[in-house]
Amino acid sequence: MTISFHPDPATLMSFAAGTLGEALSAVIAAHADVCPACARDIRRLDVVGAVLMERLAPQPLAAGEPDPARPSASSTRRRSGEAAGGGTLIERILAGPIEARSWKPIAPGVRTSRIALSDGAKGDLRLLRAAAGTTIPEHGHGGAELTLVLHGAFRDATGHYRPGDVADLDANVEHTPLVDADGECICLIASEAPARFKGLVSRLLAPIVGV
Amino acid sequence: MTSMQLAGGSRAGAPSLPPADMADLVKRVADTQDRGAFRTLYASYGPRVKALMLRQGADAATAEEIAQETLLAVWRKAGLYVVERGSATSWIFTIARNLRIDRLRREVPWQEYIAEEHDEASDAPLPDDTVAARQIAERMRSVLDALPPDQVEVVTLAYVDGLSHSQIAARLQLPLGTVKSRMRLAYQKIRSCFEDHA
Repeated sequence: MTISFHPDPATLMSFAAGTLGEALSAVIAAHADVCPACARDIRRLDVVGAVLMERLAPQPLAAGEPDPARPSASSTRRRSGEAAGGGTLIERILAGPIEARSWKPIAPGVRTSRIALSDGAKGDLRLLRAAAGTTIPEHGHGGAELTLVLHGAFRDATGHYRPGDVADLDANVEHTPLVDADGECICLIASEAPARFKGLVSRLLAPIVGV
Repeated sequence: MTSMQLAGGSRAGAPSLPPADMADLVKRVADTQDRGAFRTLYASYGPRVKALMLRQGADAATAEEIAQETLLAVWRKAGLYVVERGSATSWIFTIARNLRIDRLRREVPWQEYIAEEHDEASDAPLPDDTVAARQIAERMRSVLDALPPDQVEVVTLAYVDGLSHSQIAARLQLPLGTVKSRMRLAYQKIRSCFEDHA
């Protein structure tokens, strides 16, 4: 997989710091899973956190070391990143194969499938599936947005995005991706703002039905 | 200045830690479930993880719990630690970071951390791993020390205070783009730590 577009280093730094948020982090993790260069950069950025943690004045612990032989509630609870089972990271994020998902049409040739986040999570994570040659209209923004191409390709003013590529867009960047003519395109899209696609259908239909 | 840092210069009040090789301790936990090694790791890292969690807004009980959970995860996952991929400290930082994210997902309300007087930075490095990992950590300390204050600020607010880009922008009353560009500039210098270790 040849990857031409990577996340902004500032985004990678937030990911390493653990402050990116669940939806955006999922896209970075899925990208790093197929991009050795970014996986390496993230490991490097982890060192920043390690050094800064080391420099904090240690805070005395109230208790002695826990007994590792005694299973605790926390150690038996399954955690993110520790989940059992195989499959690619993207399959684990989706909790199953793409074909098994249900899709909601939002425009001619364009469907989305929302991916559940934790209860408290802000942001929005979803798959977008657009037919060959369709245009994905400009959508509402309210924060950072990351788009990872999983299948197919699209083109916008910033370049030609293929599987593994990430479009890391600022809130105020406008883009109208055009899916390649030779096949559908499936992307994983995360946005900081919740309900990013809210109102998209009405905006799409506005010129047609005059709403 | 730089040579002092590389020589491991430390500020007053820096705690002394057992001159053990942290990666070796992890290996001993993995290979023989060595309780003594585990105790040393707990004594070395537990208070640091707790300090980080306090800075990120955890209350004392939660910070202590995450420190304990982090070290229990070190016990369970010791066999997965690969020294070639980085220092034990980096690995343990990522475990603590992920446990914090996990905790936040369960909606525990975290409060704004107020830095206290005693919370003074320590320069004492943990005895660390392989020569390569040690060199990288030393270079990283030098690079971080040499960063302009405005870049140190955004990096620290992200890693230590646990703030997102937009939270940092709000805190510093700066445009989001300025926060990101400071991080990018810091990142360029951070990368230089690894030039011989591709």
